[in-house]
Amino acid sequence: MAFLKLAGTVTKRMGMKSACYMYPVVAREFTKTTRGHVELDSADCIYCGLCQRKCPTKAIEVNRQEKNWTIQPLRCIVCSGCVDVCPKKCLRMENTYSSSVTSKF
Amino acid sequence: MSKRTIIPFGPQHPVLPEPIHLDLVLEDEKVVQAIPRIGYVHRGLEKLVEKQEYANMVYVAERICGICSFIHAQTCSQAIEDLLPIEVPERALYLRTIWAEMSRTHSHLLWLGLMADAFGFEALFMHCWRLREKILDMVEDTAGGRVIFGSCKVGGVRVDIEDAKLKDIVIQYNDLEKEIKEITDVFVEDYSVKHRLVDVGVMSKEDAHVLGAVGPTMRGSGVAKDMRTLGYAAYKYLKFEPVVETAGDCYARTKVRIREVFQSIDLIRQAVAQIPGGPIAVKVTGNPTGSSFQCVEQARGDVAYYLKANGTKNLERFRVRTPTFANIPPLLKMLGGCELADVPVIVLSIDPCISCTER
Ligand code: SF4
Ligand code: SF4
Repeated sequence: MAFLKLAGTVTKRMGMKSACYMYPVVAREFTKTTRGHVELDSADCIYCGLCQRKCPTKAIEVNRQEKNWTIQPLRCIVCSGCVDVCPKKCLRMENTYSSSVTSKF
Repeated sequence: MSKRTIIPFGPQHPVLPEPIHLDLVLEDEKVVQAIPRIGYVHRGLEKLVEKQEYANMVYVAERICGICSFIHAQTCSQAIEDLLPIEVPERALYLRTIWAEMSRTHSHLLWLGLMADAFGFEALFMHCWRLREKILDMVEDTAGGRVIFGSCKVGGVRVDIEDAKLKDIVIQYNDLEKEIKEITDVFVEDYSVKHRLVDVGVMSKEDAHVLGAVGPTMRGSGVAKDMRTLGYAAYKYLKFEPVVETAGDCYARTKVRIREVFQSIDLIRQAVAQIPGGPIAVKVTGNPTGSSFQCVEQARGDVAYYLKANGTKNLERFRVRTPTFANIPPLLKMLGGCELADVPVIVLSIDPCISCTER
C-alpha cells in the first residue's frame, strides 16, 4: 500500500520552472507549421475565384469585375484549402492567430 | 422495499465536460436504475453531406469530436478512398498511424486528468494535463493544428513530417515516457486512488460482450478486441497485442488506458523506424460510387462509418456510430447497484464524449 505517491513529483517540480507561462505578458511562440490565419498578396491575385469555390465555410468572397477579395476571419476554419488550391500561390497561411475582435463584421 | 427517490444527474454537472442527463433512481444511497437522456448538443453534421462535396466532408468529420479529431478524419478519408477506389501511398499510411497514436496518447492523458479530477485529486489532474500539453505542442509542430490536426485528406496526408522531425518526436516521447510513468504509477499504486476505483462499477466479460461495449471499456472486462488488429493504415506492419485487463472495474479500465499510452508510444517508435520514403498523397479524380463501411479504433473504442455514394460530388448518406454511443448501455449496467458517490467516477470511466455521440 502506497501513500503520498505524488509527493515525490510535487517536491521535484517545486524546484523547477513553472510549466505555464504568463500569457499575454509572455507571448506565445507559434511553430512554423501552425495554421493561424490566411493572408493575401493582392498584387498577384488574378481573381479567379478558385479559393472561393474550394472554401468549405464560404468565408472567401471574390469579385472579378471589381477586383475585390474579402475574407471573413470568423467563418474561416483555417483548413488551408484555399492556400493549396490558389494557382498564383498568392495566398499564405500565417502562423499567428487572427486577433480578437469586438464585433462580428 | 425502502422509498425510491429520483435524482437528476446532469446535463450540467461539475464532473461532466459535456452534457448528458441521467435520472438516477435511488434506494437510500444506492442507485437501482439509471435512465439516460441525450440530445443536448446535436449539430446535424451528418446532414451536411447534402451541402459539402465529398472531399470537404473530411473537415466536417474531423470536427465531430475535438479529441479523436484526427481519427475521424482518417476514417472518413479511408471510407471515401474505398469508394473511389484509390490506393494511398505507404508513407501516408505510416504518417496517419503516427498521428493517430499521438492523438491516442493525448486523449488518454486528458482522460486520466479528468478521472483524477472526478475522484477529487486536483494535483494529479494538473500533472496529467501538463504532460498532455507537450504532446499537443508536438502535434502543432507536425500537423499545424493543436486539437484539429487538419493534416488528413482523401488520397493521403496534406503535410509531410521530415525524417529529422520524426526522430525528434521519438526522442521527445522517450523523455515523456519516463514522466508519464511517474504520474501513472500514482493511479496504479496510490492508496486513495485505488480506494476510489477498485471494485467500483464492475462489468463482467459476458455483459461487456452482450451489451456491445467497445474500446478500453470492453478490454477492461477481459474481451481482447481491438480494431487496429484489422490492419488498416500501417497497423498491418506493426507489432502489437490488444491491452486486456480482466477485473472489469474502474481500476481495470484505468489500467487499460495507462498501458495503451505506453503501447501507443511503442507503436510510434516502430512506425518511425520503418517509415518508407515516397509520395504522401495521390491525385483524386472522379466521384465515388457504392457504399463503404469502416471500423477504426479510436481512443474511446471503435468508430463505425457508413458512407453511401451515388456518383455525384455529394455523398448520399454519411452515418457515424461513435464509441460513446455503444458504451452507454454498458454504463447503465455498471450504474445499477452502485453508491451515489461513485456515479461520477463510473460515468467518467467509459470516457464519455457526448458531442461525438450526437454529432
Ligand atoms: S485562388 Fe488565388 S488567384 Fe484565385 S482568386 Fe483566390 S487568391 Fe486570387
Ligand atoms: S483556410 Fe479554409 S476555411 Fe479559411 S478561407 Fe481558406 S478554405 Fe476557407
